Amino acid sequence: MRNARRTKAPVARRRSFVTPEGVDLQLELGGAGTRAAAFLIDVTLMLIVMIAVTLALFALDKATQADIAKILWLIGAFVLRNGWFVLFEMGGRGATPGKRLMRLRVVARDGARLTAGAVLARNAMREIEVFLPLSFLGAQAAAGTADAFLTIFAMLWTGIFLFFPLFNRDRLRIGDLVAGTWVVQTAISTLAADLAPANDLPRRIFPETALALYGNYELQALEDVIRGGDDLARITVAAAIRRKAGLPDDGDDDGFLADYYAALCARLEGGLLVGRRRLDKLSAVNQR
Amino acid sequence: MSAFVDSAPPLLNASRFRAAHEVDWTRLERLLTRIEKRSVRVLSDDDLLALPLLYRSTLSSLSIARETSLDRALIAYLEQLCARAYFQLYGVSDSAWRDLGHFFTRGWPGAVASLWRETLVMAFLTIAGTVAAYMLVRADPSWYGGIVPQGLASGRDPGASAEALRATLYHSREDGLGVFASFLFGHNAQIAIFAFALGFAFVVPTALLIFYNGLMLGAMIAVFAGKGLGLNFLAWLAIHGTTELFAVIIAGAAGMRIGTAIAFPGRQARMEAVVAAGRTAAVATAGVVLMLAVAAILEGVGRQVVTSDGTRAVIGAAMLAAWLVYYYGIGRRHAQRSPD
Repeated sequence: MRNARRTKAPVARRRSFVTPEGVDLQLELGGAGTRAAAFLIDVTLMLIVMIAVTLALFALDKATQADIAKILWLIGAFVLRNGWFVLFEMGGRGATPGKRLMRLRVVARDGARLTAGAVLARNAMREIEVFLPLSFLGAQAAAGTADAFLTIFAMLWTGIFLFFPLFNRDRLRIGDLVAGTWVVQTAISTLAADLAPANDLPRRIFPETALALYGNYELQALEDVIRGGDDLARITVAAAIRRKAGLPDDGDDDGFLADYYAALCARLEGGLLVGRRRLDKLSAVNQR
Repeated sequence: MSAFVDSAPPLLNASRFRAAHEVDWTRLERLLTRIEKRSVRVLSDDDLLALPLLYRSTLSSLSIARETSLDRALIAYLEQLCARAYFQLYGVSDSAWRDLGHFFTRGWPGAVASLWRETLVMAFLTIAGTVAAYMLVRADPSWYGGIVPQGLASGRDPGASAEALRATLYHSREDGLGVFASFLFGHNAQIAIFAFALGFAFVVPTALLIFYNGLMLGAMIAVFAGKGLGLNFLAWLAIHGTTELFAVIIAGAAGMRIGTAIAFPGRQARMEAVVAAGRTAAVATAGVVLMLAVAAILEGVGRQVVTSDGTRAVIGAAMLAAWLVYYYGIGRRHAQRSPD
């Protein structure tokens, strides 16, 4: 059950993405929580940069008594607010520092190059998604005129745009919608060890009836169990297979599972080569 | 009965496949890790040439593995490796300098030129607002307070004397010109980006913003014209105003392009129409920000230094002519064809 849930959650966010070579890469979209976290990291970093630059320019202002510090601050504030997302996303990584930390990346939905126009569009829309309602609310609160109606309106406005990604299946912001982009999860994984045992060890052989029990789905569930490292799960699965296949218990669960996996995998892969794809244990008999 | 056997085992396809290709995959993975950590420039020429070949062979490995292997870990590994390589090969833009050059020679003027229809509408709205406010304030000066906010008027209202008004036009401040210019730039550019983004709400807020901009202009003209300073005010305005007003009109046009693409996608699917409109309009908006930077320099510095009406008007007209040639002379050739 736990396994089923773990493998199912990303499936809902898998999207087919065909390369020019015609291969479907099956990209995984970034989840709403991950993206919110990335945004918060970015905002925090922007604040830190803002404070650091302000302090530095304040010192410069004291030292020089010229306008240069004020000018730099005014232009710097504009560039920071509008340029942070744009410049980072236009770079080779297609991600701001926050997105990079959360392993996200902005990609054009049509698979083409991410153009400057797309990056500009998706980030200019952020103005009405986040900054406009916030600054509006802030200005009203500062002037002491934020009555209930205005506050509710601003909250409602922000809410519609802020939670927009939750209301569509591709998790698009308004900016993504307008720019034709989406944000994908970039997993980095190393090649897991081969489960097939080394050649020179003695192995168990299994009768035909024991191998005919299962299909691809069960094989990959077994792969998860073997790689998972949960002792209890391995013992339970080994006992279940032995019971179904009517095999005696030889006391070595790990060895049994590894050998059974190899034998079953070899059998099913042999089937694949001649065009017999057995999806699971239920689609069994007619394939024989 | 499970018995043990000593003979050579049936190697899995996945195992044989791994043995045959793992060298290529590992090399690709190493190259990608280096690119992702630093940049594509850290690769040697050999590695750079090998990258696309390794990518294609890994891609074909993925296709084969999907059809012949049941080792899920292998397929997941190949999928992420191919996706990472794909992003590095196809997802990254050209060199920043080439992109920048492209923006100035084609992207920016082309995007603005393709917005010509929306630009005309927004220019009409601005002029309509100007004329309306001018008539209203000339007929009844009390309208002025309702149109121009106190902070912006800063003493330039119908009650002011001709001398005071004249002083606002020709009094040149010596200090803080740069600060004033950069403040104006930041403020105006932010408003231009709003005008673009607000277009998403079916153009209505953008159109109101542009119309209101025209209203303020008309009210101001009316105040100065009432004291016989109309032409002086226009010259004072023209030096930066031709650039600034043109920029605001284009920002409104960019917003209008998005709003109309949502409301009337034409023959394209709505999503496609919005994406095409959004990308063009965003490039135009980036150009607007640059225009506003020019306007801020003209307003903050040029206007304070140049105080003769004739020179101000000539500079303003020359700037307008330059923008028109840039957009509709050069840009028209690179404008995207409108869908209909």
